[in-house]
Amino acid sequence: MKNAIEIKGLTKDYKDIRAVDNLDLDIREGELFALLGVNGAGKTTTIKMLCCITQPTSGDALLNGKSIASDAPDVKKIIAVSPQETAVAPNLSVKENLNLMCGVHGLDKQRTIQRTKQMIEEFKLDRIQNKKASKLSGGWQRRLSIAMALISEPQILFLDEPTLGLDVIARSELWDTIRELKGKMTIILTTHYMEEAEELSDRIGVMRDGHLLAVGTAAELKEKTGEEKFENAFIKLVKGGAV
Amino acid sequence: MRKMLSFANRTMKEILRDPLTMAFGLGFPVVLLLLLSIIQANIPVDMFEPSHLTPGITVFGLSFMTLFSAQLISKDRTSSLLTRLYTTPLKATDFILGYLLPVIPLCIAQAVICYILALILGLQFSVNIIWAILMILVPSFFYIALGLLCGSAMTEKQVGGICGALLTNLSAWLSGIWFDISMLGKGIKTFANALPFIHAVELERAMVLGDIKAALPHLWWVLGYGIALMAIAVFVFLRQMKKQ
Repeated sequence: MKNAIEIKGLTKDYKDIRAVDNLDLDIREGELFALLGVNGAGKTTTIKMLCCITQPTSGDALLNGKSIASDAPDVKKIIAVSPQETAVAPNLSVKENLNLMCGVHGLDKQRTIQRTKQMIEEFKLDRIQNKKASKLSGGWQRRLSIAMALISEPQILFLDEPTLGLDVIARSELWDTIRELKGKMTIILTTHYMEEAEELSDRIGVMRDGHLLAVGTAAELKEKTGEEKFENAFIKLVKGGAV
Repeated sequence: MRKMLSFANRTMKEILRDPLTMAFGLGFPVVLLLLLSIIQANIPVDMFEPSHLTPGITVFGLSFMTLFSAQLISKDRTSSLLTRLYTTPLKATDFILGYLLPVIPLCIAQAVICYILALILGLQFSVNIIWAILMILVPSFFYIALGLLCGSAMTEKQVGGICGALLTNLSAWLSGIWFDISMLGKGIKTFANALPFIHAVELERAMVLGDIKAALPHLWWVLGYGIALMAIAVFVFLRQMKKQ
């Protein structure tokens, strides 16, 4: 299978702190890859570099063959991000938020109408389409946030802590949504929830102090650490270093 | 262009849908004009003549536009929405124009409302009023640039203090709108003349009187401040964007 993302020696320094240290990683096309790690592990910095928000200090990554270091405008055409906090325009309605994303991606009027309608149907937003985003519950805002990321039909989707702060029902519903996206595009998910990574991902990468400690399926990581529960495997990996 | 206009459309909606915009941006200058006109009706004062007062009030109203745009930009800087938009094909110029352009029609609308009210209150109509409304674009440029600068460099809380309190007071007291600035002494007069506020008001007053010759020196002052401030604002905005 073709690689959607090829990361080579990606490094980011902030003054005297090395947030990401010489990261090498390949992510396959259509794969849902989860990046796990405690706070300060370097997950968000890695995502920021892959999304062209932050310039790497050294190294590069190719996203469907386009370099984040030298082809950032082209990379931005094929990616979409659903950031950690709910990234919606609060005073705009659900429909207007979706239209905004179509507009900033340069979709024409007809395509905007078509894609907005499609997203409203797929994410079951029809009842609330004219409601201001600020008036929605956390779960609905997060759902809108993901719909906004998908409206431009990205080849690679970054989901940064998509279910953070959601209740059990909202989280379960969002998991269903993410499951439906699997295979349609390459998805990179960062999360703090072990069960989320285990339940949704094809492969998991565990980070600590800017280093990638281990990569594999949840079953492989459990086997490597000799643990039955994935959470214990994660703890063992992070406490014990690379396996 | 389409990408920038989509972002500008969002900026316009965010500003217009904030109830404070209507209350302060349009309501406050109108209330001031009404109150001072009532005083003028009872105790005639030259400063409060509609032809003298209205140009000053229209310029004073622009300080609220600085506040609104600075607030939106500083708020956006802390939100994930801007992070998301940074990952889209929007370019730096799209962001800058998307923040600046929507404020221009609001500045014009504010001036139009003030002059319509002034006409109702007794201002004599002349074609000069149309020119004065068009000329409001020059002080608007300065106030919008100030909004971009404050929004890019300050937090939302700082914007409230600096633009909401300091700027509106500077714009009110050092512009000669409701009293002759020379009453405050030579030092203050020199200081006020070095700032653009008094020149913006005098520019508008000269336009209402149709005195282009008198308007020109003030035009250069305001335009000069506007261009310098815009250059600094764009630099700071781009720096913040890169930093983020």
